[in-house]
Amino acid sequence: MRSFSYERATSPGAAAAAAATTANAKFIAGGTNLLDLMKLEIETPAHLIDVNDLALDRIDETADGGLRIGALVRNTDLAADRRVRRDYGVLSRALLAGASGQLRNKATTAGNLLQRTRCPYFYDTNLPCNKRKPGSGCAAIGGFSRQHAVVGVSDACIATHPSDMAVAMRALDAVVETVRPDGTTRNIPIAELHRLPSDSPEIETTLQPGELITAVTLPKPIGGTQVYRKVRDRASYAFALVSVAAIVQRDGSGRVALGGVAHKPWRVEAAEAELPGGAKAVTARLFADAKQTRDNAYKLPLAERTLAAVLREGGA
Amino acid sequence: MAKVSFDVNGETHQFELDTRTTLLDALREHLHLTGTKKGCDHGQCGACTVIVDGRRINSCLTLAVMHQGDEITTIEGLGTPDALHPLQAAFVEHDGYQCGYCTPGQICSAVAVLAEVKAGIPSHVTTDLNAPVRLTNAELRERMSGNICRCGAYSNIAEAISAVAGRSA
Repeated sequence: MRSFSYERATSPGAAAAAAATTANAKFIAGGTNLLDLMKLEIETPAHLIDVNDLALDRIDETADGGLRIGALVRNTDLAADRRVRRDYGVLSRALLAGASGQLRNKATTAGNLLQRTRCPYFYDTNLPCNKRKPGSGCAAIGGFSRQHAVVGVSDACIATHPSDMAVAMRALDAVVETVRPDGTTRNIPIAELHRLPSDSPEIETTLQPGELITAVTLPKPIGGTQVYRKVRDRASYAFALVSVAAIVQRDGSGRVALGGVAHKPWRVEAAEAELPGGAKAVTARLFADAKQTRDNAYKLPLAERTLAAVLREGGA
Repeated sequence: MAKVSFDVNGETHQFELDTRTTLLDALREHLHLTGTKKGCDHGQCGACTVIVDGRRINSCLTLAVMHQGDEITTIEGLGTPDALHPLQAAFVEHDGYQCGYCTPGQICSAVAVLAEVKAGIPSHVTTDLNAPVRLTNAELRERMSGNICRCGAYSNIAEAISAVAGRSA
């Protein structure tokens, strides 16, 4: 690990300002992804800004009947929150499908959104990776790519976003609240937080340098049957090959977001109009522009079948 | 270098550490509490599991300087050879190990699992998110999935934890 200096931030605004004015600075909260990457020298910050003292660990009800989840709320606490379990079951389920008990006790809401891909070529510093070293090439394209993205890919990168939580939040139309280095705040719909890889896969979000996530807001509950189904290589403690977050209403309408298939949680609102036609019709729209590899082509039928199972469970 | 102090097994310790020092290395290299094991050092195996402020975490994926004022319990703080923690005794009784390298992490994790179930925290296999949790074998295995046993002593580990859970239920 490269050496770094360390400070504990005292306010969100001060943390954002420090991140913008200190060379090569990073925020650290749970640290479960960042420290792993620092040990491998994939992340090499010169300065860490510890945000754990910022009192962003509350879950509050909003004026319009939704929930405002502080950026530092741990995955365990969010999954176990009585209101989340009752009104946003898909989020609770997605969180519990991710990582291990130990990691969920540390991992934070904001950190989960910002975790890096688990593409094995991103982790292997002996091989080219445009995300790790822009311009070096992509070893996954033409390589062993069974875990990789099938839609929204580019010639520079076919990595997936690894989060389960973010997939559920995408289905729930969550909004990300931030503070920028100049002290101003803004709200970013989660659909606009993560980027597709395009020709700059090293830039994964629309956050500006130094911008700090302070909370994630969920709109008021929309009811329905909420399901999160994750398909993986082992029954627990593994990343998704394909996952489906769905909210199905009694009238057959609903929302569907997929994990494990793209560089961001994959939701195409227009595809949801096809729900009465069943999983095949929905996935045909979701994967209209799919560009699969020989190794990961299985994800297309797997996603369709997983969605079919989820819709059965949802009573559609 | 940075200064930090925290409690380990009821005693306060003050450190001046390289900022890169993980909690795991502070425990093992500075306090010589070598019960906590370094397996993968990447949060994948659970051998380094300790309990911080009542919650189990991977001590390899957290910096010691981030634990100012925290209360940390390691395997050495759970019991002693003369007065074993009930889970330590149960692991012996049920032969819940072979080589023993993962055992301290397994036991720290299991102590926290029992507390999590008592607190009503659901898991991936909990059928009804809004009902009380029952510690079935499936629940136990899901909740312990962050602790890998390369010898494959899982069935005996599950028996040991179930025995203690049954007694305290």
